[in-house]
Amino acid sequence: MSEKTMSEKTVALPEEPRHAGFLKTNLREYGMLISLFAIMLFFEVVTSGTLLRPLNLTNLVLQNSYIVIMALGMLLVIVTGHIDLSVGSVAGFIGAVAAVLIVKFEINYVLAALICLALGGLIGAAQGYWVAYFRIPSFIVTLAGMLVFKGLALAILQGQSVGPFPVTFQKLSSGFIPEFFSDSGQLYPTTLVIGALLAVLLVWQNVRSRTRQESHGIVTEPYGFFLAKNLLFFAVIIYFAYLIASHRGLPNVLVIMTALVALYAFVTTRTTIGRQIYAVGGNEKAAKLSGIKTERLTFLTFVNMGVLAALAGLIFAARLNTATPKAGLGFELDVIAACFIGGASAYGGVGKVGGAVIGALIMGVMNNGMSILGIGIDYQQVIKGLVLLGAVCLDVYNQKRA
Amino acid sequence: MNALLDMRCISKNFAGVKALSDVTLAVEAGEIHAVVGENGAGKSTLMKVLSGVYPHGSYGGSILFDGEERRFRDITDSEALGIIIIHQELALIPLMSIAENIFIANPPARFGVIDRSAVHRRTKELLAKVGLDEAPDTLVTDLGVGKQQLVEIAKALSKEVRLLILDEPTASLSEKDSAALLDLLLEFKAQGISSILISHKLNEVSRVADRITVLRDGRTVDTLDCREGAVEEDRIIRRMVDRDLDHRYPKREPKIGETIFRVSNWSVFHPQHADRQVIRNVDFNVKAGEIVGIAGLMGAGRTEFAMSIFGRSWGQKISGRAEIEGEEVELSTVRRAVDAGLAYVTEDRKQLGLLLAEDIRKNVTLAGLERVAPGRVIDDMAELKVATDYRNRMRIRCHSVYQETGKLSGGNQQKVVLSKWLFTDPKVLILDEPTRGIDVGAKYEIYCIINELAESGRGVVVISSEMPELIGICDRICVMNEGAFVGEFPGTEATQEKIMRAIMRKAEVRP
Repeated sequence: MSEKTMSEKTVALPEEPRHAGFLKTNLREYGMLISLFAIMLFFEVVTSGTLLRPLNLTNLVLQNSYIVIMALGMLLVIVTGHIDLSVGSVAGFIGAVAAVLIVKFEINYVLAALICLALGGLIGAAQGYWVAYFRIPSFIVTLAGMLVFKGLALAILQGQSVGPFPVTFQKLSSGFIPEFFSDSGQLYPTTLVIGALLAVLLVWQNVRSRTRQESHGIVTEPYGFFLAKNLLFFAVIIYFAYLIASHRGLPNVLVIMTALVALYAFVTTRTTIGRQIYAVGGNEKAAKLSGIKTERLTFLTFVNMGVLAALAGLIFAARLNTATPKAGLGFELDVIAACFIGGASAYGGVGKVGGAVIGALIMGVMNNGMSILGIGIDYQQVIKGLVLLGAVCLDVYNQKRA
Repeated sequence: MNALLDMRCISKNFAGVKALSDVTLAVEAGEIHAVVGENGAGKSTLMKVLSGVYPHGSYGGSILFDGEERRFRDITDSEALGIIIIHQELALIPLMSIAENIFIANPPARFGVIDRSAVHRRTKELLAKVGLDEAPDTLVTDLGVGKQQLVEIAKALSKEVRLLILDEPTASLSEKDSAALLDLLLEFKAQGISSILISHKLNEVSRVADRITVLRDGRTVDTLDCREGAVEEDRIIRRMVDRDLDHRYPKREPKIGETIFRVSNWSVFHPQHADRQVIRNVDFNVKAGEIVGIAGLMGAGRTEFAMSIFGRSWGQKISGRAEIEGEEVELSTVRRAVDAGLAYVTEDRKQLGLLLAEDIRKNVTLAGLERVAPGRVIDDMAELKVATDYRNRMRIRCHSVYQETGKLSGGNQQKVVLSKWLFTDPKVLILDEPTRGIDVGAKYEIYCIINELAESGRGVVVISSEMPELIGICDRICVMNEGAFVGEFPGTEATQEKIMRAIMRKAEVRP
């Protein structure tokens, strides 16, 4: 009906400059990625090639998977304009619960994992309830949660480490996908095939989206740039697949992580719920007056965060093969830093899944590279802190200039 | 003549919109000078220029105080000369005591340590001067609005005050408190302190003012002298609203149908003060194809009325019946109101209407996202098409629909908000101050859009403080004051004087 009501007259409007300044406007978008590559290159050189050795690369993935997974949830929380300080404690607590369930009560590990994920969701709900419906600042609610769950983890472990886990449960983080091709000498072909498929899929997606844009006449990206970008992505994915394949193949945890990253990227950019989460963070009052259920969305982001923190806790416990009272200590800081390095705004409404993942990887590569170099944990912290501040300052500076 | 203050040819622009042009205001020593005018006439802007909120250089013209030209960089400069402004919204800190509030900036202190007994003593003196009998350590939050107003004045007196500016000081006061406040002004006058009084209440103005300056559309229209004999209120009103209404409004042949929206016995209470009834059992209706205006002054309850209808977005203890096309509808949440066919375009588009950091496209589809998202997955090409359609039909001037809404002009932002609501295909639209802060050309376009909305058989409600606008576009005008409708005129019969009289009549018999 609305289609007919307005006058059909159109006026000539100034069109956007087609390609001019494309790179300039998108530099920020790719800036993070370029920084990641620069940092990797730097450490690759100064560690004389240790960083990208297949063994080290696999370790890098295993060490950072739980940070990446939690960063996905944290990004949504930060986008709605909140923060969750409790994730480290929750992850540690869930690890402890899993250990008690599996090791002490000998419950089947699948069932135990499901119980743990549900418990994580419940914890998120308990915190999100106060934040969303009672408008208690999330900083305070989750600071309380941080203390509570750190304490509860200690209590249920009775101050001791509990382990080891059954071998099948350990596979969650230290396992690799089964090899389907019989002939496996130095390389794991299945991993290579999956890597190649992934690379083809990504390029195909990009091509499809570009053709769609072309058919609507809204392409802004210059063709040369598009081509170069896709070739580069393709090459990088194949190269990393090759590196991973030359160690022990694809780690299970990388599969989980990749699937989750893809899922969250899709949800945030393409679905109504994703769009509405950004609207809540961008202008809560306007979102509410547009019929968006702002409280419920805020609540749900916390539930989601709880589930992901639980998953991270399970992976971490499986990796250490034991639940310790110290597990999860300080994770929240790495996770929050990853989101901010990745371009999320502390005021809400801004942030991308890709950015948070890159932010987590930057932190991970720096941790790993500095450890290889033998830099003490003391100066590692100093450097990480400065990088966080620098990244955010740069972002704010860029925004002001724009 | 002994001029204390002389403001000459003051002009001020906001992003190309003229707020003040060549305004002249002269205040003599020991005078109470009233400034009157409609909402948006430029009174508050003028006072902000005077007090240095808008620093020298951001306006045109000159300010002479004590015969010397002054160039205030900020409020401290004007305060140093004894020009003290008391804003309509009180600037007190609720959880601090009266004494702490009065001496918040410069407490009597020795070596940085506050001298509590001196604070206490001087607060008592000041409170005695304004006739407020309260202990200095009473918390401000425990005082009523009237007493808070007196604390503000006491705070002003703690500095060397020579010119006191009061912006709508009695707007939220009872008659008794108002009278006390006006007596206080007369007392100050006897002590040689001049005052500028901004007020809508003409009976108060004519009671205390020595002279009255009338502003209209950012210009000084007249300065009336009351000392030579009382000035009739009608004369003031006529000067306030008199202006030509030639071709500023597009023509339209109304085709009015059945009642499309009706609320009856609607009542709303203040969200914080549960015993304060803000909307008093109001009946209201709009017919299909009709444009109904709601006139009234700021604080009359118009926005509160609209927002309480729209998903109970304002107030508490809301009761009453709402019908759309003859059937009762439940409007308890915004989502339900939207689904029932209601749309509300807010008065404050930046704070309440737009995602300023997001692009036009995302703003346009925000309230009706499900229409371009089958299975909750957004079809980005369909969305783009919708946004581009609205951009063309509404003539939103932009580089592309991917442009941030924060970077558009006021008129184009308003078109984005209108697009957002049209996309939900509403039966009834409530537009709250749809042309505020928009330049004349864009205003005309907005009026055209409003006309087209009515022609398509929707019911349109326009809330506006600009009376000529209402008279120019509405088929019927309802006048609201103090949360109730106090008059109703067909658009053809309404005049600004009639509307103003309806409001003023009511304003003067406030309980």
